[in-house]
Amino acid sequence: MFGRFEGFSVMVASPSQVLRSVNREEAFYFFTSIGNYTGESASSLEEFLQKVKDIDVKSLEFHLFREDFEKWIAQTLGDKKLPDEILILRNQKITGNALRDRLYFMVSRRLKELKSTVPATR
Amino acid sequence: MKLKGQEAVLDDLDWQILQQLQENAKQTYAQIGGKLKVAHSTVFERIQKMEEFGLIKKYEAVVDPEKLGLQKITAHLGITTDPKEAEDIAKKLSGFDQVLEVSASFSEELIVLAKVVARDQAELHSFIARSIAPLPGVLRIRTAIVTKKYKDDRFNPFWDRKRLNSRKTK
Repeated sequence: MFGRFEGFSVMVASPSQVLRSVNREEAFYFFTSIGNYTGESASSLEEFLQKVKDIDVKSLEFHLFREDFEKWIAQTLGDKKLPDEILILRNQKITGNALRDRLYFMVSRRLKELKSTVPATR
Repeated sequence: MKLKGQEAVLDDLDWQILQQLQENAKQTYAQIGGKLKVAHSTVFERIQKMEEFGLIKKYEAVVDPEKLGLQKITAHLGITTDPKEAEDIAKKLSGFDQVLEVSASFSEELIVLAKVVARDQAELHSFIARSIAPLPGVLRIRTAIVTKKYKDDRFNPFWDRKRLNSRKTK
């Protein structure tokens, strides 16, 4: 199933696919500016949420401005709903810890939603 | 040129020939001989010895990529690495065409240094994010984009010759 997001195509994946861990090449790498890698990365939405909590806020601002979060979540993980919410965040030009708090809230809410639709595995 | 162990010892004429070649490697033996007031056969023999010993490694055309519209920005990267992975990281970096130089430095941390070229900042960032950051053992990357170049010389052996001469005169 394909959707459109900010000019690029998005394959909408099932909740379990969105929640999967991706390989190193597909992980999200946190930078604070062009070429300046923090050493932190996330291989899943769950890990992404943990990093949002602690990463340098400059990194969140850098990636939000570049639309990197939306692209990774949509194109790599295959989720359509969360990028739409992040787009609103970007348009509101939120920065600093307010950005961290809002982003953390959005991702954790979506994570809960996705998990609730996936049958628990033993 | 004489050999002292594994090192070459050059006399004044060898140094002058080297200097001529570094200024313009396309000069003929006769042209160099004319400037230094020695026979072209002498120049030929001296150069041949230095080539055979590997002191003169190669002659190459230095292309200005900006004139071809191929390179717009240069960046110097300091990649902090897990010491166990540093060798592999350096080898992998050396395999990329857009990486011009790779070296290693060990002070407080093991850092692999790389000179990278790209068309623009977006391409540079994409290369670093997709090809370097995911390499196992990369702990952090600091990137400095060159905004102005003050000097761009190749290795110049003559600075050392001056030092040697100053030692002799002491």
